Amino acid sequence: MYDILIAAILTIITAATPLVYAAIGEMITEKSGVLNLGVEGMILVGAVCGFAAVHFTGSATLAILAGLGAGAGLALVFAVLVLGFQASQVATGLALTIFGIGVSALLGQDLVGIAYAGLPKISIPLLSSIPLIGPLLFNHDVMVYGSFMLVFAVAWLIKNSRAGLILRAVGDSHDAAHAIGYPVIRIRYLAILFGGGMAGLAGAYLSLAYSPLWVENMSAGRGWIALALVVFATWRPWRVFIGAYLFGGLTILQLHAQALGVGVPSQVMSMLPYIATIVVLVLISRDINKIKLNSPACIGKPFHPTS
Amino acid sequence: MPPLLELKGMTKTFPGVKANDNVNLTLNAGEVHALLGENGAGKSTLVKMIYGILRPDSGQMYWMGEPSDISSPAIARSLGIAMVFQHFSLFDSMSVLENIALGLEKGIDKATLEQQIVDISNRYGLPLDPDRHIYTLSVGECQRIEIIRCLLQNPKLLVMDEPTSVLTPQEVSKLFETLNRLSDEGVAILYISHKLDEIKALCEKATILRAGKVVESVDVAGESPQSLAAKMMGQELPPNPNDTQRKVGDIRLDIRNLNQPPEDQFGIRLKEINLQVRSGEIVGIAGVAGNGQDELLKVLNGEQLSTQAGAVSIDNQPCANYGPNQRRALGMASIPEQRLGHGAVSTMSLIDNTLLTAFQRLDLLSFGFIGYPRSRKYCSAVVEDFNVKSNGISVEAGSLSGGNLQKFIVGREIKQNPTILIVSQPTWGVDAGAARTIHNALRELADNGTAILVISQDLDELMAISDRIAAICAGSLSPTTPTSEITIEQIGLMMAGVTGDVTGNVMGGGQC
Repeated sequence: MYDILIAAILTIITAATPLVYAAIGEMITEKSGVLNLGVEGMILVGAVCGFAAVHFTGSATLAILAGLGAGAGLALVFAVLVLGFQASQVATGLALTIFGIGVSALLGQDLVGIAYAGLPKISIPLLSSIPLIGPLLFNHDVMVYGSFMLVFAVAWLIKNSRAGLILRAVGDSHDAAHAIGYPVIRIRYLAILFGGGMAGLAGAYLSLAYSPLWVENMSAGRGWIALALVVFATWRPWRVFIGAYLFGGLTILQLHAQALGVGVPSQVMSMLPYIATIVVLVLISRDINKIKLNSPACIGKPFHPTS
Repeated sequence: MPPLLELKGMTKTFPGVKANDNVNLTLNAGEVHALLGENGAGKSTLVKMIYGILRPDSGQMYWMGEPSDISSPAIARSLGIAMVFQHFSLFDSMSVLENIALGLEKGIDKATLEQQIVDISNRYGLPLDPDRHIYTLSVGECQRIEIIRCLLQNPKLLVMDEPTSVLTPQEVSKLFETLNRLSDEGVAILYISHKLDEIKALCEKATILRAGKVVESVDVAGESPQSLAAKMMGQELPPNPNDTQRKVGDIRLDIRNLNQPPEDQFGIRLKEINLQVRSGEIVGIAGVAGNGQDELLKVLNGEQLSTQAGAVSIDNQPCANYGPNQRRALGMASIPEQRLGHGAVSTMSLIDNTLLTAFQRLDLLSFGFIGYPRSRKYCSAVVEDFNVKSNGISVEAGSLSGGNLQKFIVGREIKQNPTILIVSQPTWGVDAGAARTIHNALRELADNGTAILVISQDLDELMAISDRIAAICAGSLSPTTPTSEITIEQIGLMMAGVTGDVTGNVMGGGQC
């Protein structure tokens, strides 16, 4: 029983980690006032590039960097179109997803059916031998640790650092930020690239650790879940984190429940994570004043630096 | 010693209009210099070039004798130029402290900054709570943030774009003390205003712009408000009609024991408000920004519904639970303080903005379809009668300058001939000539039997147009007093919440 429980919780962590990366990245992009609907596409490109890198070089480090770079590269295309050419953010983001699905399938043609051993686990000495807590918290691959640190760092930086303040300012009113003298476009480029890089990492995690192989369209809608998490968590990093784990957890639990033969149609069970995550996040984030304070007012609006 | 700032031949052209044409200006340290001109004369364009937001097409700026290319606000600030904008550069969802921190060049730790803010706000009489969020603040409070932001940079030149339009007389004299002290400390002040009396009181020199060109640079001491106005407009100010005694009729707008809890934690609770406005009467409500004016306007125009249906009545019809359109159908029109986003949709054309409030009373719809010919005709009439300077009526509302947009919004409501008109800050940011036009239009409307409620922080305006005046303070409304029986100082005291006998007969004849 104990082992089953540990195993279940570990699968929850692996299910939640890619969502944490993608959603935190998108949250930063949106905080700067840009809506990038291309998360799904960036995840897929990150996944295929990460897997290709590990297949051809054998280096996990290079694979992770490849995922990061691929996601950021695709985000750069989006940034140039949206910021440089003032293209519609919604249309460009959707196109980016479609493009990402296609180009990842093309790049991955020869990679289908190849297996990889998975990212090596790093056990932290002493701590990992604590019963229960040890295997749960201190025996993971580097990307899981990274996701924890990412949430801590982003939450702290947004709240306490000047960079975070400026990021929120640009998302709140680009005209005022421009009038004071902040480089709105440059800040948005950086935020979009960060969001893309994180989506790429989410993809790399999928193809290197979650299920270490490449299959076409393997992100299976996680990019859209990440987008929804950001909104329902009202742009707050810890709530994004909670939402990711809630969603990851329920996805795994309903699979186990289906395996045990609960007398509920499987379609209803599959709906459960979506419904429960949305309900919980809406309930904990229903304070209208808090929403006013955290949502970027300029999201999706093009910025014309004229006057 | 060379002048602090010298502008030579500044020219800036926008599509279709030469906003600045060969403008010269000289400014010495410690000088309080007025920049005068009607809406659209090019004042804002000029100061935006000084502050590095706009680049001139040609012309040269000299800062302390050195040719300077001020290509960004950051450079302007590093030289010692600070600016208080007419449209504030504030971030709604952030605290006062964060907003001020964003205006500074580099990071500073929170406790130190908080102390500096408290010091400056005490020294210059600009009370502010650093932890409040902007969306809960009034316009007047927002302006204080902008001023403090500037003062924290120890500027050598302070540019102020119509700073007093939202302040009480006491606050204005306090601000003038502040500005005079800054000027004594050697800070030059470039002061944009339409209020000629203020310029007489505060400024030493004035540069007058008309249609982008400098008309004259004068010593203010040798000028009268009338002569300044004449130079500014190129003609004499239209005469102020003598207030003929209007026929005051039945009660049109009746507010009885109105209590309204605040919308959010920083809103103002309206307490036991009683006020009756009769047909043919203009009643003014004075008050410092953020004392419940916004809340009152919203309850009256239907944006905020009241649970006590009888608290607000239009022509004896209880309507406190009616929405804005139902109230419009009963004959009420309202003009909010905030122009963009509240009074008009900035990305919609003037025609569409006309439709938004006028479709009902003017019957601009037929079977649910928009009657564009009629809408266009009405919109053109508004633009013409109120002298709105715009590039046609199909332009976006957001492309109009502040004063012109205000003229448009006021005109749009007045020309619908409402039976009740509620207007907040009718002449905020418009020039003397346009203010006169708006005031006359309000008077004419009252002559024809409309009940008008004017909420304003400009006491001169209230004294000029209202028949009775009340003051709002912390959500409570004082009884009204006939304008002829009260002085500006006495209203100032009422606005500050001094209750009791400020006029000697406040409780006297004024009450309905």
